[in-house]
Amino acid sequence: MRFVYFLISLSFTVALIWALNNRWQVGETKTPRLGYFLSPQKGFWQNTESANANFNAEIKAPVLNGKASVYIDDKLIPHVFAENDFDAYFVQGYLHARFRLWQMEFQTHVAAGRLSEVIGKDGLNTDRFFRRLGMVYGAEQAMAATDMDTAMKNAVNAYAAGVNAYIHSLRPEQIPFEYKLLDYEPENWTPLKTYLFLMFMSFDLSGRDVNTDLQMTNAKNYFGWDNFKQLYPNVMDSLDPIIPKGTTFSNASFKPQTPSDAAVRFFGKNDSSVQQSAANLLFNVPTPDASNGSNNWAVAGSKTKTKAPILCNDPHLGLNLPSLWFEMQISTPTHNTYGASFPGAPAIVIGFNDSIAWGVTNAGRDVMDLYNVRFKDELKKEYLMNGNWILSEQRQEVIQVRDASNLSEMVPITQYGPVLYDKDFNSPDARGLTLAVKWTANFANAGIKAFYLLNRAKNYDDYVAATKNWTCPGQNFVFASKAGDIAIRQQGSFVAKWKHQGDFIMPGTDSIYQWQGMIPMDENPAMKNPARGFVSSANQKATDSTYPYYLGSAHHFPLYRGISINKKLSGMNNITPDDMMKMQTSNYNVFAEMARPVLLKYIDKNSLTPAEKNYITLLETWNLKADPQEKGATVFRCIWDSLENAVWGDELAGSKLKLPEPDSYSLLERMLKGTADFMADDITTKGKTETIQDAVLTACRKACKELGELEKSGNLEWAKHKDTYVQHLLKIPSLSRLHLPIGGGEDIINATKSNHGPGWRMVVQLTAETEAYCIYAGGQSGNPGSVYYDTFINNWAEGTYHKALFLKNEAAATGDQIKWKMNFVKN
Amino acid sequence: MKFLVATLLTAYLGYAIGVYTQMPWWSFALSSAVIALCIRQTMFSTFVAGFLGMFLLWVILASIRDVANDHILSQRVVSLLRIGTSSTLLIFITGVVGGLVSGFAAITGYQLRRSAKVILSFNLE
Repeated sequence: MRFVYFLISLSFTVALIWALNNRWQVGETKTPRLGYFLSPQKGFWQNTESANANFNAEIKAPVLNGKASVYIDDKLIPHVFAENDFDAYFVQGYLHARFRLWQMEFQTHVAAGRLSEVIGKDGLNTDRFFRRLGMVYGAEQAMAATDMDTAMKNAVNAYAAGVNAYIHSLRPEQIPFEYKLLDYEPENWTPLKTYLFLMFMSFDLSGRDVNTDLQMTNAKNYFGWDNFKQLYPNVMDSLDPIIPKGTTFSNASFKPQTPSDAAVRFFGKNDSSVQQSAANLLFNVPTPDASNGSNNWAVAGSKTKTKAPILCNDPHLGLNLPSLWFEMQISTPTHNTYGASFPGAPAIVIGFNDSIAWGVTNAGRDVMDLYNVRFKDELKKEYLMNGNWILSEQRQEVIQVRDASNLSEMVPITQYGPVLYDKDFNSPDARGLTLAVKWTANFANAGIKAFYLLNRAKNYDDYVAATKNWTCPGQNFVFASKAGDIAIRQQGSFVAKWKHQGDFIMPGTDSIYQWQGMIPMDENPAMKNPARGFVSSANQKATDSTYPYYLGSAHHFPLYRGISINKKLSGMNNITPDDMMKMQTSNYNVFAEMARPVLLKYIDKNSLTPAEKNYITLLETWNLKADPQEKGATVFRCIWDSLENAVWGDELAGSKLKLPEPDSYSLLERMLKGTADFMADDITTKGKTETIQDAVLTACRKACKELGELEKSGNLEWAKHKDTYVQHLLKIPSLSRLHLPIGGGEDIINATKSNHGPGWRMVVQLTAETEAYCIYAGGQSGNPGSVYYDTFINNWAEGTYHKALFLKNEAAATGDQIKWKMNFVKN
Repeated sequence: MKFLVATLLTAYLGYAIGVYTQMPWWSFALSSAVIALCIRQTMFSTFVAGFLGMFLLWVILASIRDVANDHILSQRVVSLLRIGTSSTLLIFITGVVGGLVSGFAAITGYQLRRSAKVILSFNLE
């Protein structure tokens, strides 16, 4: 009998341990393994970092060639001094892993279509999407191409060795917090992962067409070419391009020919080919944020107080924790460079060295097209090309799914590229078509060399030579040097396209719709030391229409930040870094400056209620700044959004397929020209034709109702209405920073939207002693249990910066700011 | 005295097994059971000593880390687990989890001792 008691208590104990050792589904999420997670010796308590933690360390590694010292300052920014480049990148890999390991691996898992391994079947669609887009294929191509260059191969391999040295030094209880939360373990880092990360950046910055080309095609078919052109115009009257209007360009050395049947097969309503939603899987594909962009500019010494050039850059991407950026200095006998690095890749991406500074913005050029291909049969082995059946390559993709069986699928690769959408995998917008994706990122790119060389560039010529390696995604590289030069180049591998080529799904069954050639890099838009004393870019169209190549659909080019920047810089002289910081954080809304008068012109106050009139007064008296406390900014936003909805919302709603939201300039420029009655009619009211004046009134009334509700809930102030947050990569609120008091927004230099914006800001004055200021929306440590997890966020939201501690040499690594030291030695 | 020794030994071995081995988080259940097997007490005292040993150990270990950390991570975790806003509660729950596993492991040890005795006495007859 007593033995039974023993068995009972044993079973109970085992059951208790079992329950605490397993993850349980609660609502939409799974709990961690609670016993493990809560164990102070194994679980998350081990990830608490003492508020006065000590980061000193001695690291021995056999692969090192010499020794390296890392001085870590009070912001946890490391300053690496290595005897050679290989060791420097080893140390960089080690440091990235030391502070950002989970993020590095997670991001590259997503890029490789391996999310399901971590989160289970919820990740399947994303994984299939990225595999079919050719992310792994592209990364392999890039690695093969880069490996031809020994210096680059060494850099990437050294970096990987550094990451692995850190991973192997970890005891199980020391793995980052998120691994414990989701219950998995870090794996070895490989050089391929660096390329996977870069592929993800390429996707984020040049992959919008996985969706916009579909939606644009839908819009063209739905509205017909003439109305489409009006609603989604390709001409922007108010454009202030990167290369100023009036610049003369040399003739195109290559002239692509528009296919003779394009009028019917491409521009016409080609609905006949549509098989409405034949797909057995429909999901919304991950689409890069339309706001992914940036500002950069450089002012020449002629416009600055110290007569030295100043360079500024603030890239706008999703605001995440841990941040995409990691600030550091790398110093070796070949270079001494400071700036923002990508955890996942060697070298500095945006920064400066002893001689020069550089920055990037997205070029927004169309380097991804979708081709409608026809396979002979279900096997998808042969596709039609010029009347012949051509064999496709078959790429086997095996997705491991956590807590479920593997998913294996064959992805056909055509001469365009992999088949992204077909009957087995489709987006609601792809209408059941079989679409192969042609994308310059899938070419063999060795673009990472551009950053490697920029880290070492000493002058303008070095900058040009470095940037020429860059292929995808197209970037505007801004440059300034201590020698006094400023320059900007739109760099990338760009397709020489006939007008509108690739704006819509392209016929894929004959070769006349293929890309006919690439634009020679010497013909890319570029400018050096212009008389106006500054260069700038803000993702706007690079040139006016006199540039001899087609730049792509205007939908890809935000218009107003560029206007704002150029206007401000033109009017400024005796510029100081402080002026530049004020400008980067400026909340002035130039779009509202242009839109408000014409909006007010149409508002008939007599037909409004007193409550409505109050809001209009707020709009009239608004200082046009989207500062956190401004109520006028909220009023403007609500009325304008409501107006867009009143004008084209009814027409868009008539389509069964998703259409792209027309751009604001489309409406504003028509209003400025007095031709805004186009589409102003509310098609849901029969027998009445509304004008733009009616639409404005309707919009005002609707907006005022919304504003009334916002006011009641105390959210009329702009920052409260906008509600900016920096989100953890797993979208977990308690690991994110919510409700940040920050202004700015769309069309504003401080382009901070709800979860998107200038995550990294940098101002560099190239005086004999470099003076640089940086800030980013995050913190150096990726550990949610560290004080350094979100150190910079408050300052970033306030618009303040820290002065970069740019050490001239190792001997300068003294003083109060240097807190810790890591020594790396060969063993 | 026995009670105090059992409690302290539970905590000490639970700590040592975590520090000096790479065994799973629950391996202290083995040491707690062994202690109960060796130190004869009433079932109630066995349970309380087992519970208290690990409860105290985990509460102390978690508290030391939590205070040094200025409660940064515990605050994030209580919110993540949706159990309010109190770091103290999280430390308490941590202690209870360790305590319960240890306490029931101790009872198992106690029962094993009792059945072993029976088996032993059968053999003697």
